[in-house]
Amino acid sequence: MPDPIHQFEIKRLIPLDLFGLDATFTNSALFMLLAAVLVSGFLILSMQGRSLVPTRLQSLAEMLYEFVANMVRDTMGHGHDDHGHGHGHDQGYMKFFPLVFTIFIFILTLNMLGMIPGFFTSTSHLAVTAGLALLVFVTVLIVGFAKNGFGFLKLFVPSGVPIYVLPLVVAIEIISFLSRPISHSVRLFANMLAGHITLKVFAGFIIMLLGAGGAYGILSILPLTMATALTALEFLVAFLQAYVFAMLTCMYLNDALHPGH
Amino acid sequence: MAETHHNTETGVAHEAGHKAGFPPLDPANFAPQIIWLAITFALLYGLLSKIALPRIGEVIEERRDRIQRDIDAAEALKAETEKALRGYEQSLADARSKAGGIARETRDKLATETDKKRHASEAEVAAKIADAEGRIAAMKANALQNVGDIAAETASAIVGKLIGVDVSAAEAKKHL
Repeated sequence: MPDPIHQFEIKRLIPLDLFGLDATFTNSALFMLLAAVLVSGFLILSMQGRSLVPTRLQSLAEMLYEFVANMVRDTMGHGHDDHGHGHGHDQGYMKFFPLVFTIFIFILTLNMLGMIPGFFTSTSHLAVTAGLALLVFVTVLIVGFAKNGFGFLKLFVPSGVPIYVLPLVVAIEIISFLSRPISHSVRLFANMLAGHITLKVFAGFIIMLLGAGGAYGILSILPLTMATALTALEFLVAFLQAYVFAMLTCMYLNDALHPGH
Repeated sequence: MAETHHNTETGVAHEAGHKAGFPPLDPANFAPQIIWLAITFALLYGLLSKIALPRIGEVIEERRDRIQRDIDAAEALKAETEKALRGYEQSLADARSKAGGIARETRDKLATETDKKRHASEAEVAAKIADAEGRIAAMKANALQNVGDIAAETASAIVGKLIGVDVSAAEAKKHL
């Protein structure tokens, strides 16, 4: 049976050293670079026409833009009086739109690239997802304190809680805040990892049954059906996890902007 | 010398990876991935936030403005059309009421004229009728007179034939 873990192996392509740190260009780095090049290439080239009546590619780029813009507006827009009208190009929260968009499209592309057989899934490595989650966490801390000063600490003191349970609630709030980057990164990492292992295991069953020959060969239709269904599910998960990651990013940034509630 | 050093290092890391058996959680893989994540993410963020996204935003904004302008223009035209339509309907109503007035006037005039003519001809007819009735009465009286003479003559003839007595018509007329 083929090793289902083999697909996560890091291949060291170009050994590099950055101030004593191991900055080897690996297959993971290759796919992250590929994703960055593909995304920026697509988004820049598809808009080359800047036409009022968009081409197919331009309208795909615009759809992605509107999709993320709506997500940012819906999660970070409330609390503003002007919710619902205007398209918010000079509202404070929209300056985080490029960050959320980059996170969403980067993860989505990495996840989707990983669905191509033989390709490496960078988001199935904890280092990558944790790096992204920490980026969000640190951004939230910086923005939170820069915008609200110590008022940001109100985030840990929910209003309307009786004074005698307040210490307990504050402790829980602080722990849950600190565990955010963990759940944020592990959710994506574990989903991608588990999905790819499961696919590989079922694909392995097909080969084993076919290899056994005779009546077993006919039985291989079962894991084949399963693997097909799982592939469809994995495409959904690949999109959904990118969406969830971006959505949580919006919600955490919203906390940084409005810690009062 | 440095190269062999590197090789052994990667070799060790590789072996460690195999020993750990699980590359996604192998600490030896963390540094290179995080460094390249930082590089690629920064590159992508820079390209998107400086070039791609403002461009898409501009195009969408431009289209929205254009559509808004077109809608405004269409609304202005619609208002104008409605004004023209109202004016048309107003003049149509005016013309209609004027036409109604003329029709009523004409009808009244015609009716009075007709009435007058009718009264004249009715009077004429009534006179003719009265005249005719007088003539009829005269003829009737005359006729009745003749009927008495005929009856007397007939009666005298019948009596003469039946009983052989000659009765004059005047005699017969007396007994009628």
